[in-house]
Amino acid sequence: MKGKAWKFGNDIDTDLILPGRYLVLRDPEDLAAHVMEGADPEFAKKVNNGDILVGGTNFGCGSSREHAPIAIKGAGISVVVAESFARIFYRNAINIGLPLMEVKDISKYVSEGDELEIDMEKGVLKDLNTGKEFEIKGLPEFMLEILNEGGLIPYLKDKVNEIKQ
Amino acid sequence: MSMTMAEKILAKSSGKKEVEAGEIVMANIDVAMTHDLTGPLSVESFEKIGVSEVWDPEKIVIVFDHQVPADSLDAAQNHKIMRKFVKEQKITNFYDVREGVCHQVLPEKGHVVPGEVIVGTDSHTCTHGALGAFSTGIGSTDMSMVFATGKLWFKVPETIKFNIEGTLGKHVYAKDVVLNIIGQIGADGATYKACEFGGETTENLSVSDRMVLCNMAIEMGGKTGLVEPDQKTLNYVNARSDKSYEVFKGDEDAASLEIMDIDVNDLEPQIACPHNVDNVKGISDVEGTPIDQVFLGSCTNGRIQDLRDAANILKGNKVSDNIRMLVIPASREVYTKALNEGLMNIFVDAGALVCNPCCGPCLGGHVGLIGPGEVSLSTSNRNFKGRQGSAEGEVYLSSAAVAAASAITGKIEDPRDLK
Ligand code: SF4
Repeated sequence: MKGKAWKFGNDIDTDLILPGRYLVLRDPEDLAAHVMEGADPEFAKKVNNGDILVGGTNFGCGSSREHAPIAIKGAGISVVVAESFARIFYRNAINIGLPLMEVKDISKYVSEGDELEIDMEKGVLKDLNTGKEFEIKGLPEFMLEILNEGGLIPYLKDKVNEIKQ
Repeated sequence: MSMTMAEKILAKSSGKKEVEAGEIVMANIDVAMTHDLTGPLSVESFEKIGVSEVWDPEKIVIVFDHQVPADSLDAAQNHKIMRKFVKEQKITNFYDVREGVCHQVLPEKGHVVPGEVIVGTDSHTCTHGALGAFSTGIGSTDMSMVFATGKLWFKVPETIKFNIEGTLGKHVYAKDVVLNIIGQIGADGATYKACEFGGETTENLSVSDRMVLCNMAIEMGGKTGLVEPDQKTLNYVNARSDKSYEVFKGDEDAASLEIMDIDVNDLEPQIACPHNVDNVKGISDVEGTPIDQVFLGSCTNGRIQDLRDAANILKGNKVSDNIRMLVIPASREVYTKALNEGLMNIFVDAGALVCNPCCGPCLGGHVGLIGPGEVSLSTSNRNFKGRQGSAEGEVYLSSAAVAAASAITGKIEDPRDLK
């Protein structure tokens, strides 16, 4: 997986990712048109398929709105890499099949526009502009399973009766 | 094994004798709440799973509160989706546009009792821990799993217990205490943790004030807020609910318990300044800041006690001509009480606007948004950039008393200095 980095700071809250006035929307494309609007009103126009969001600590704090990760995924972002994530956002992203990666100190060393390469097998993220490599903190197995199925809904389709027991 | 209150509740709900922080459990859900904004996505996800009926229509509670009455065609459409779902699934606990904010309606209508596991597609679902329930906010897809199975997985959280000691001074409230705590530990200071509030000060607080503490647990990253149930809790619950329940109390020697002492003796009114809830200052540092709008309301401070505190200050005074003030009771019950007590007359006479019970400008989606360059002083819980409208606006957070005092002078005002 390879993509261009877009950098945001610490405490990127869900109101910055998707302001409250757009919560009436549900379609991923409609939501994607406003992605990160609170932080950068032009972002939706600039972002390309496969790009990578890079954040600092506490990414996704605030509201439980799933519209936030849906907007990010809808905009074609392949993965969000941050130093740490807020709890509800973390679950929501995995549930809708948007990969998240926790990488220590990432926002200190990566610059906006850098080309990042991610090797999931090795658990390594490489900044192709600087050559610097970072270790990716692995997801708990259970969450990896959900992500590999493409999200909680496809995962549940097979397992719903088993879970109900 | 010694366990925290959160661990004990999760152990019971997952059918285990004991659980440990860090462990992943599949818990049985007692109450599942969704509202007009996050509900439609939950319904859409549920329909994709391929199950035709919800697990238990009596355990689902649906409240319309964020955009009531509908302020746009999109909102009206969302309401229609939810009303149809209620009918089709025979959901018994449905509160349409008139009832108020979900986190006030749930406890008021007796849906919250100690020892239960409550989830809601709203991050401030942590409020209900004030009654000794394990209550947390989830996303819409997680909710669709609950709708289908009645279960949800949780990582058992560690607990950080705030031992609050001391006497609150005049015009210092639970809101000031919790803002002070958030200022100390930061917006991610309790991430993944249960935030338990205890100590003598908490014991002396009313149930409503304990809700203020728990409501803001999410603003420090907390998974739930919790207060150990006491007689006050039981009186509140018994008057409103006929559900049976079990009271859990945490063990002081639980391995995953961290204790933080908070002394509130000399605390002055606290203000969260733009654009983060942990940017907290004592009022003396921000007094005199000009404002454009005051919002008294929300699931944090829109209860009857808040309206009383504000009315006491506003009585015989006028809202400054330079600003507007919105008063939005958190529920119909609060609204009716305020009417009967004559508080609404005080607000209207002072020149405030009184709106129907709803979230109002709290999340910048419905009434009373602020424009570019405008400043809001709000009794709600979030001051993120753009939260109440324009991304070029600013939001300060305070108690109801500070909000009322500031409405009179048109700038951030210490209520202790008035008269
Ligand atoms: S009042 Fe504000 S914080 Fe509370 S539920 Fe409504 S929008 Fe959310």
